[in-house]
Amino acid sequence: MATTVKSSITSNQNLSSAPRSRAGASDRVTRALFIWPAVIILLFFSIFPLIVSLWLSFSRLRFTRGGVEIINVGWANYRKILLGSEQPRILGVMSQPSVEGWIFFAIIVVALIYLMVQYIRNERVTPIGFILRLALNLFLAALAWLAVSTISPGGRPGALIVTFLYVFVGIALQYLIGLGLALLTAQQLPGRRFFRVVFLLPMMITPVGVAFMFRMLTDTVVGPFSPVWKAIGLGGTSWVNNPWGARAAVIIGDVWQWTPFMFIILLAAIEAQQVEPVEAAIVDGANSWQIFRYITLPAILPVSSALVLIRMIEGFKIIDLPNVLTNGGPGTATESLTLSAFVFWRTLDIGGSAAVAYILLIVVTIVSVAFVNLVRRRFSEVA
Amino acid sequence: MLNKRDINLFVVLMMLVGLVAGCAAPVSAPAGEAGPSQPAAGEVTIDVLTFTGPQIAEPLQRRGAEFTERTGIKVNVTVVPFSDLYQKILTDLATGTNAFDVYVFAPQWMVDYVEPGYLEPLTDRVAGNAELQWDDIAPFFRDFSASYKGEIYTIPLDGDFQMVYYRTDVLDELGMEPPQTWEDYLAIAEAAHGMDMNGDGEGDYGSCISKKRAAQAYWMISSIASAYLQSQGTAQGGFFDLDTFKPLYGDNEGFRKALEVYKATTQFGPPEELNLDVGDTRGLWTAGRCALSIDWGDIGTLAIAEGSQVKDKTGAVILPGSTEVLDRATGKLVPCDANTCPHAVDGINHAPFAAFGGWSGAINAASDDATKDAAFNYLAYVSAPEQSNVDVTIGATGFNPYRISQFENLDLWIQAGMSEEAANLYLGAIKASLNSPNMVLDLRVPQNQRYQQVVLDTAISQFLAGELSLDETVKAVESGWEEITEELGRDAQRAAYLASLGVTR
Repeated sequence: MATTVKSSITSNQNLSSAPRSRAGASDRVTRALFIWPAVIILLFFSIFPLIVSLWLSFSRLRFTRGGVEIINVGWANYRKILLGSEQPRILGVMSQPSVEGWIFFAIIVVALIYLMVQYIRNERVTPIGFILRLALNLFLAALAWLAVSTISPGGRPGALIVTFLYVFVGIALQYLIGLGLALLTAQQLPGRRFFRVVFLLPMMITPVGVAFMFRMLTDTVVGPFSPVWKAIGLGGTSWVNNPWGARAAVIIGDVWQWTPFMFIILLAAIEAQQVEPVEAAIVDGANSWQIFRYITLPAILPVSSALVLIRMIEGFKIIDLPNVLTNGGPGTATESLTLSAFVFWRTLDIGGSAAVAYILLIVVTIVSVAFVNLVRRRFSEVA
Repeated sequence: MLNKRDINLFVVLMMLVGLVAGCAAPVSAPAGEAGPSQPAAGEVTIDVLTFTGPQIAEPLQRRGAEFTERTGIKVNVTVVPFSDLYQKILTDLATGTNAFDVYVFAPQWMVDYVEPGYLEPLTDRVAGNAELQWDDIAPFFRDFSASYKGEIYTIPLDGDFQMVYYRTDVLDELGMEPPQTWEDYLAIAEAAHGMDMNGDGEGDYGSCISKKRAAQAYWMISSIASAYLQSQGTAQGGFFDLDTFKPLYGDNEGFRKALEVYKATTQFGPPEELNLDVGDTRGLWTAGRCALSIDWGDIGTLAIAEGSQVKDKTGAVILPGSTEVLDRATGKLVPCDANTCPHAVDGINHAPFAAFGGWSGAINAASDDATKDAAFNYLAYVSAPEQSNVDVTIGATGFNPYRISQFENLDLWIQAGMSEEAANLYLGAIKASLNSPNMVLDLRVPQNQRYQQVVLDTAISQFLAGELSLDETVKAVESGWEEITEELGRDAQRAAYLASLGVTR
């Protein structure tokens, strides 16, 4: 575009200065006319809601005669969520960590320190980069501490940690099962085409449908598995009455629904890998584990990391399953951050809802950036 | 002369003008058509908003079709989940969307809709309509559920009291009497739990209470707590102290006792109880799987519906009471005597809870006059004795008796399939509640939905799930309610509460 404009100006050099400036102005207007609609649409649909919701997160709505009054309340909504009456629901109730908790936290801290040291030794360190990296690591350590102290006996995880559980446990299982199925159907086995289609089906079902289906499946009284529950002597128990049971039910539903997504992309990645290195490895006498570990895995790592990133961003927004399956219950045990925001919104606490949504946005951004920086780049290097 | 760029510019401008004109055209056209002129009667359509039934929505749709046949006026019924209904109505009205002409909702929310002037006052229309037979509606529903500050805003379609239902055959087998106190309730539930009550060879449940979060379960705790918290008559109020507007659902022995009783019932309930909505517990009841339940009038009529296994085995009784009540000065439970429980029967303080107040229909003040008239005629048609006296006897409608003629006319119920004994028990329990001088009115202050449907519902469900201890629950409810009161102004909330209690039968 720039070169075209430049060349047209050169070719018009013999024109007098008045028409040239007129032509320049007309060019600018044309350019502006082409660009501005897109910019306005972008501003309107993406940036405007972002700014308005930020403003709403600092306000409270009141319905008055003839309209709505928006009152600025400063940090009150954030204070309520992070420090006040909603803290147990969003952040959880902390208690003294158990021995396992301490060990887990120590591992996380050691890993973060190791990554920090690696960063200082291997990469070009700028002051801003160093501060950002330090802040990121402190944030991750704080998050690990919150997880450890709320999951310990006596504590209670809030929506933030429950969301992380859905994301990390769910995605780990989806990845492992998806990879297993992809490796299986990549073999020259009879009926593999049929199974490829069957494995894809759950992804085609609407999440609300999945949630209703799992609601029936988890019902131990009238659900289809009720004879099984009775046969194993668990007829009188219900796993959705137990906070951890209910969370597990949500994770199982999520895994069932999203494993196909992992499966189909990983299958494509496996099938796209070059045949020559595999054949060479076979000739060299490598066993199937070695082929997978040293050839297939590095080949699919870049795809895997992108896949995990996409599912992670998507997973943080989980709402349909816990909402339909358990209504966020028992109590608030299965509430994710998005569901919390929805519940705030449903009860007309629009400011609180916006504040939760902003906290989620910040968390997702930080975790995604951390993932890209700490994991994805390394995976790409390995590959 | 135009050069190439000018032509480009011209083309782009023309395209933009065309785009803008294209976008604007369909917007302006119907606006011009709608105009200020009133639509003819045959063109009027009434849009109704209520909750996802099937109950309530079913009779509104069925009677709507009949109304269309009669008048040519179309009736569209839109439904949303119960937990969304309050805010859907409020946002439709407050944002000026006005997509609906009639709202069928819990009358206790009325204050939030009436104060900003969203609802049409109906006093004159009611006075001028003979079909409705307004005086046949029981005074409580006329004066409390339908009215606000002396003006009528809703047409009652349903009458609501919570009661305790019991299986007459199971109690006979156990040699026990219907529960008079909450201790009796727990004793019966414990004795009956595990008995096979429907002959399928499986153990059934002592007590089935809907305890699902974000559903219609949060009134249940008030049905229990009221017996301990209110003893001096309706005007004493069962939710807040009248002098200080401090919550009674707070740090006192009465509320603690109610929480203990409520949690204890879970031991004798179905395993899924915390996830059951009222529709689920009613299903278990009609399948013959429960010995006791707390519910509105619906179980009584569902028990005689087709497929029910508990026809003529379903008894109803006024909500159990307590022999000890809260002394508000000390926060302690004190035994009932002539002073502490002036309305006690046999030394037991009963405080029947008018939970919810009965589904009622209101009209959007922003609708045009022809639609308002049509909407009023529609509501009057549904509520008129000719229709409602049939609908209240059908379990699936979700409508329970609220008219004097429905209480007095036993034949109505016998024709519907109830035995005389069952009808007497059923209507007797409702009448005993309605006539009690110690009836507890549901909370009707600005933003009562936040007090009950948000704070109370969340804390109680966390308590039942074992996420909160008893002390933490008490604290969560008390501090949550205080937070709302502080935000909205204690004096204003107290005045609204006093005003709501002042309007008694």
